[in-house]
Amino acid sequence: MSALLEVSGVSVSFDGFRAIDNLTFAIGAAELRAVIGPNGAGKTTFMDIVTGKTRPDRGRVVWGETSRDLTALSESRIAQLGIGRKFQRPTVFEDQSVADNLMLALKKDRGPLAVLAFRPSAADRARIADLADEIGLAGALDRKAGELSHGQKQWLEIGMLLAQDPRLLLVDEPAAGMTPAERAHTADLLIEAARTRAVVVVEHDMEFVRRLGCRVTVLHEGSVLAEGSIDRVTSDARVIEVYLGR
Amino acid sequence: MLRLIGPLCALALALAATVQTAAAQDADAPIQRLLQEHGAAIEKSARRSIGPAIDALAESGLADARAALEAWRSKEMWRAADGGLFVRAEEVDRDTLRLFDLAGGAALGEAPDDGFVQIKPNSGIRGMIAAALVRFQLTDPEAAVRATALDAIERDPEAAHLTALRTALAVESDPALAMRAGRLERLLTVRFAADPAERIAAIEGFAGDLGVDLRAALTPLTATAQEAAAALPAGADVARRLTPGDRDLSAADAYGLLVARGLAPAPVPAEARRTALIDHIADGAVGGVRLAALSDQGARDLAYAALAAEGRVPPAPTEAEIAARLAAHVFWERFTGAPPEVARAALAVLDGIEAKLAVNRAADLALDAVSLASIYFLAAIGLAITFGVMGVINMAHGEFIMMGAYTGFVVQQAVPDYTLSLVLAIPAAFAVTFLAGVALERLVIRWLYRRPLETLLATFGVSIALQQLAKNIFGTQARPLTAPGWLDGALVVNDVVAISYIRIAIFVLAAVFLALFLAVMTRTRLGLEVRAVTQNPRMAASMGIDPDRINMLTFGLGSGIAGIAGVAIGLYAKVTSEMGADYIVQSFMTVVVGGVGSIWGTLLGASLVGGLQKVIEVLNPSNTLAAQTYMILFVILFIQVRPRGLIALKGRAAEA
Amino acid sequence: MTDAAAPAPRRRPLALRHPSAVVFLALLALFTVGVTLLAEGMGTGAISTSFVKTLGKTLCLCLVALAMDLVWGYCGILSLGHMAFFGIGGYAIGMWLMYARTEIIVVQSLAAQPLPPTPDEIADGIAGQIFGVVGASEFPPIWAFAHSLPLQLAAVVLVPGLLALVFGWLAFRSRVTGVYLSILTQAMTLALALYLFQNDSGLRGNNGLSGLQNLPGLDHVPQATVSLWFFWASAAALALGYLLCLRVVSGKFGSVIRAIRDDEARVRFLGYPVETYKLVVFTLTAVIAGIAGALYYPQAGIVNPAEIAPIASIYLAVWVAIGGRGRLYGAVIGAAAVSLLSTWFTGGQAPDLHLFGVTLRWVDWWTVLLGLSFVAVTLLAPKGLGGLVDLIAARRPPERHGADLGPDQGALREREADR
Repeated sequence: MSALLEVSGVSVSFDGFRAIDNLTFAIGAAELRAVIGPNGAGKTTFMDIVTGKTRPDRGRVVWGETSRDLTALSESRIAQLGIGRKFQRPTVFEDQSVADNLMLALKKDRGPLAVLAFRPSAADRARIADLADEIGLAGALDRKAGELSHGQKQWLEIGMLLAQDPRLLLVDEPAAGMTPAERAHTADLLIEAARTRAVVVVEHDMEFVRRLGCRVTVLHEGSVLAEGSIDRVTSDARVIEVYLGR
Repeated sequence: MLRLIGPLCALALALAATVQTAAAQDADAPIQRLLQEHGAAIEKSARRSIGPAIDALAESGLADARAALEAWRSKEMWRAADGGLFVRAEEVDRDTLRLFDLAGGAALGEAPDDGFVQIKPNSGIRGMIAAALVRFQLTDPEAAVRATALDAIERDPEAAHLTALRTALAVESDPALAMRAGRLERLLTVRFAADPAERIAAIEGFAGDLGVDLRAALTPLTATAQEAAAALPAGADVARRLTPGDRDLSAADAYGLLVARGLAPAPVPAEARRTALIDHIADGAVGGVRLAALSDQGARDLAYAALAAEGRVPPAPTEAEIAARLAAHVFWERFTGAPPEVARAALAVLDGIEAKLAVNRAADLALDAVSLASIYFLAAIGLAITFGVMGVINMAHGEFIMMGAYTGFVVQQAVPDYTLSLVLAIPAAFAVTFLAGVALERLVIRWLYRRPLETLLATFGVSIALQQLAKNIFGTQARPLTAPGWLDGALVVNDVVAISYIRIAIFVLAAVFLALFLAVMTRTRLGLEVRAVTQNPRMAASMGIDPDRINMLTFGLGSGIAGIAGVAIGLYAKVTSEMGADYIVQSFMTVVVGGVGSIWGTLLGASLVGGLQKVIEVLNPSNTLAAQTYMILFVILFIQVRPRGLIALKGRAAEA
Repeated sequence: MTDAAAPAPRRRPLALRHPSAVVFLALLALFTVGVTLLAEGMGTGAISTSFVKTLGKTLCLCLVALAMDLVWGYCGILSLGHMAFFGIGGYAIGMWLMYARTEIIVVQSLAAQPLPPTPDEIADGIAGQIFGVVGASEFPPIWAFAHSLPLQLAAVVLVPGLLALVFGWLAFRSRVTGVYLSILTQAMTLALALYLFQNDSGLRGNNGLSGLQNLPGLDHVPQATVSLWFFWASAAALALGYLLCLRVVSGKFGSVIRAIRDDEARVRFLGYPVETYKLVVFTLTAVIAGIAGALYYPQAGIVNPAEIAPIASIYLAVWVAIGGRGRLYGAVIGAAAVSLLSTWFTGGQAPDLHLFGVTLRWVDWWTVLLGLSFVAVTLLAPKGLGGLVDLIAARRPPERHGADLGPDQGALREREADR
């Protein structure tokens, strides 16, 4: 299986503090992966590097069949290549309607001229209606996103990610602040999504990770401490030492 | 009756007096003989012809010469009518003179002035006499007189002074005066000594000296004149070859030189050619060219050439002829100020001095830059604090500077003693602007946190209101803020490097504030809390730090320092309602270049901005406006390299 | 607008989707016709020529305020440089006006001479007339195209556009945002103003360009008529500008730039090249500002570097803020109201105020009042005068600032708080 994303030998430091230290990581084209680790292990910085927000000091981030190096590209170029990211806190455009938010995310030409000339086709409208159904916001398409509840915003953001139709999905703590039922729904949605694309989930909640039932990568002090099934990882002495405790 | 008697009596008295004087005065005294010899010239007192007379007196070696010269200079020399003897005379009243013998100085009694002619040297001649007197003064027993003589020589040196100076130097007892006289003697040797070798030795002895007097002495020696000839004459002493079109010899000047040397016909100026054409208009044509066609320079040249061919106007050399003539001649410079070998020695020494001057000028520039940087630092530090801690740009910061300066002005109106008023003004300015800052924070900025752009605009509203308010209260004219007397003047290192005490004081003030600020930030609870709020406001709040209080105090502190900066700026610039606006952009630049959230960044930023501005001003000295333009362009480009400034917070703190 | 073939989209015409635009354009048309009928140029004379000029200038200010609203209110770039682009537009057209008019005068005076003038003599004569005040007598290279109206008209668009393009590219590329960007644009404006203040800038230093109200070759047309021409042109430009801005801010492009205003990092992760969008908006608005300036200064008669100083751009932001940013008509209302009031108060027409035995002269105190009222608007009525329209329309969009947006107060506010 050839990897969709390959991170090799990446290091980055802030003011002398090594946030990521010689990190190597790979994920296949249709794979679900959970990333866990204590605070400060470098989980968010890892995502920042993949999405282009942070430039690594050393190392390569290679993408897709064409083996492009992502470290030289801008955030928007990386996003256009098919990497979507969901932030810890829901970030939607509160001043705009739900439909506008989804329309923004819809996979289309992102150039200014194309956007200026853009008129939504019937198919686009239908796609947005479908997405709204899927995330339970069908009745709220014309409402401003700022009026939605916290949970609804989370869903809207997931809907926007789906509208982007990325090949790799980076999800930061999706279950935070959700009820058990919502967590179950979210887990199902991620598992479903991983059938056709790569999904990386950063999560603290071990129950949620267990529910995903996928390979787990444990980060510690900026590099991979252990990798494998949830059971193997949770029985690893070093993981218990630094993360799980006792 | 009286009208008739008066002149008669006077005549009688005058006759008597003349007889009496002649009897008592020694007509054969050497000084009198000398004066008589030049009598006509002295009496005429024309600047052009008086030189020999003065020289004869000065160089006579007579004991009475000095007294005679001094009497002459102070218009106390009189001559008996019709080419009689010279005497020194004091006016007793309008009509009566008290006479003294010029030889020996013995009193000769009083006489009416009708029989005497006063010798009235004009100021030019008095200057010449004074110069001649210098040699006597140089050996005067009074040190003060000798010093005056040295002053006179420095002001207006002459070849004749050299010998006198050497004589005086041999007997000079005062070490300070001996030093001055020694230097002066060497300078005069450089300029006036007869023997070129001696001059060269003196010139080379001065190598590396930065004195303005030396440069003034050497520069004339290197003077040159431009020469032109068909070929370089054999044995010509060439200071430098010139090519027409060079920076130092334009083509027009080169041709002018040829004309002056009779090597080329004079060009006819365009205006003259045009007039000539107009003068020769006949039947709607000139020189066979129709008038209507003359809207073209080429056609006009043709018409003029036709006229010239007919001999009706002087021929004008064409461009091509001019170029050919220039090419056919050589141009060079020859030394006119001194014999070539002396001039070359002077040039060599001047070159050496120039190199040393450059170093010293750089040092002077650095001092200037440091003082400018201190001002920017003082002006920007408050801005940097409020921006760093609160993310708030205070557009009214410049007006706080202005407020501080006006506070200083008001204090100075109330307390006339400049030193005391300055001592009072600094805390007063701090207090006033601190309160203004706190008021602004409480009333406006507090409600706009998290909306930095709107804060910027709201504080701008405050800024224009304050500026106009100051205009309404203090008027539009500039108000002076006078520095105490002990801040006048400058610390002079040498003739090049000098720095005014006010600038030193501002530098010290900036240093004090840097130290104070660092102490507050690192050693006090307040500083700890401020740093905490800067780095992570939410965390700080959850640790029990009241961010409201910290923000208020920080803002007050930043504004207070702006007030003090205002006093400092007011001391060397005028206080106007617009002075804040003049400094605000530089302050912003300082913060942008330095980076936010670090006092060292502000310091670096101020040094860079101040230094750069000075350097640009030196490169383009005529234009301070251009300096600011280029400085801003630099900052815009600088942002490309370091978007977060010189000292940037990195990592999570910066990402937030 | 051409997708009528598609069956599903039930898009109503632009006019129906934006009723405010229809109202605005109707009012503008009414105003134009009204002023025209009452103007001196039409013989009625109820409105003096100078007041027609004032109104025409106000329309131009409204146009540049539209540009400011687009770049600030919609795209979140608080530019303190748009009045500089405005001034550049004025300089560009002013160079031709001054050159062409001086050329006519010089040719006339030279025609009286016995010899017909050469081109060089004419050029020297014009240069002497124009640059005598700054002690120069030759044309600086910057005037190379001043003889040509089409080229100078192109400069009205190209010079502000290119300047904005280069500056914007440098600034946006290095991710300068927020107040930093504002300060940088202010610095750019100051640099430009200082450059123009120099006598050897080639644009007559602080004298600026003058006599621009006289159209070359049209000396026989009275100013009353010329003022109406410019008034109409300004009104047409404002209408077109409004439609252009409307086209830009409605639809997906508007959606993207508003998203950039609210959370540019998020837009970047959606794959939009944020810097390019900003650059497009910044440049487009600079061009609009340049055109507005080219219409304004022939009515003002003189353009000088003081007009370009940063303070002018800040006032522009003040107008838009008072009018209500993020809505196009708000910018127009703000610019018209504040600039006309300023003219009235500082022109000395306003009666003095007698308070407690103290006489307040409005010429002195208007700026103070303006500054304070600006603070008040920012604090108390962030929606500006345009907010009044909401009250009338009883349409209440959710409060973005101040209102509680949910349990964690909304991501946007969180992010702002962290800054």
